[in-house]
Amino acid sequence: MAEMDWSVVWKYREALWDGMLTSLKLFAIALAGGIFFGTLLALARLARWKALSVPAAGFVNLIRAIPFIMAIFWFYFLTPMIVSKFTGQQGEAVGPFTSAVVAFIMVESAYYSEIIRAGIQSIPRGQPWAAYALGMNYRQSMVHIVLPQAFRNMLPVMLTQAVILFQDTSLVYVVALKDFLGAASKAGQLTGRIVELYLFVAVVFFLVCFAASWAVKRLQARLAVSR
Amino acid sequence: MIDLRAVSKWFGTFQVLKDCTTRVAKGEVVVVCGPSGSGKSTLIKAVNGLEPFQKGEIFVNGISVGDPRTNLPKLRAHIGMVFQNFELFPHMSITANLTLAQVKVLGRSREEAEAKGLKLLDRVGLLSQKDKFPGQLSGGQQQRVAIARALSMDPIAMLFDEPTSALDPEMINEVLDVMVELAREGMTMMVVTHEMGFARKVAHRVVFMDHGQIVEDCPKDDFFGSPRSERAQAFLSKILHH
Repeated sequence: MAEMDWSVVWKYREALWDGMLTSLKLFAIALAGGIFFGTLLALARLARWKALSVPAAGFVNLIRAIPFIMAIFWFYFLTPMIVSKFTGQQGEAVGPFTSAVVAFIMVESAYYSEIIRAGIQSIPRGQPWAAYALGMNYRQSMVHIVLPQAFRNMLPVMLTQAVILFQDTSLVYVVALKDFLGAASKAGQLTGRIVELYLFVAVVFFLVCFAASWAVKRLQARLAVSR
Repeated sequence: MIDLRAVSKWFGTFQVLKDCTTRVAKGEVVVVCGPSGSGKSTLIKAVNGLEPFQKGEIFVNGISVGDPRTNLPKLRAHIGMVFQNFELFPHMSITANLTLAQVKVLGRSREEAEAKGLKLLDRVGLLSQKDKFPGQLSGGQQQRVAIARALSMDPIAMLFDEPTSALDPEMINEVLDVMVELAREGMTMMVVTHEMGFARKVAHRVVFMDHGQIVEDCPKDDFFGSPRSERAQAFLSKILHH
């Protein structure tokens, strides 16, 4: 413990970089999918039609009530079973990355739907009214009038959620997916230099998230002025 | 043009509109007034289907507003509406506010929509503001833009829902001037307002509402000369004697 050997980080740089790419890829897909499906879920939840709003609310509340790590476990074991049921083939139809992607999109869409729902509700009722009065239909009033303003209002919260999502990508190591943390963990086990590698991981996460939080703060200040 | 027949509406068990019947003929200007909470705003929003109602019928240009088969967006595209809080789209420039619905709803080309929008903006005296955003304009200016936006759709009738009640006193007249001009050009108008000066000047008829009911519906001169109901007399004496 007394002597640190940082050369292991350099030695395993390629594996660590590959791990980081996996983390970033998962992050990007989960973010895009989460915002897209989160928007649809938010609209469903706000719909006057109960056949839409009740299941949407049920899904969001269920996902938000279970630990993220459980969702990842579930989909790792469930998606292969469901896929094999539909295709009739046995065995591992999807790998850990695909099942992680499914789990992340579902969980993030539930989280994002709550943010977006609050964003939509922050827009005064007169705005969609004005859009309808000009002859726009529901879709046009959402796309051109309500959602652009809602996203603008919610941008800081959405970015904060993105920072949390980036940290949460490290959870996939439980399904043996080699993300950044997974790669570091593996290298640590091979070399016996776990402390150095975990410290390195912590520093990288800290730098990325700290920079992002700082950017969110700057953005918040700018949006506050232009309002 | 606008024909309301025994319109009733409830919020839960509370009845906000009680058998409201009135009409606005083509080219007519009808002012709707009454104490706050009397259902004026709800009534005018029912005319273009923004507020659903449970009983009665409303016909605009012969088309039933309450009929679920009616294509409401298509109907609304030809009825202009001006709101108490202007409701310009704050994330868009003034020009974009004027052209968006023309392009998306009426299918006009961008150039055509812009020419039309800017002509109307000039008419309300705000052409120089075309590249600004709503937040940079005063309340009175915003409301004039909102009128120009509604007019850009070539409406067959205009609905005004308390267009001046959110304005500072010195800005009320610039908006009323635009409305007076519009009335004199023969636009069909239904106007919810407390501006009795405006009513005196251009209204053909005055509708007085109280507790969700139309209490008085008569030619302007009768209303100001000798309102029949006590409630209308009390209302007039309250708002005129200041």
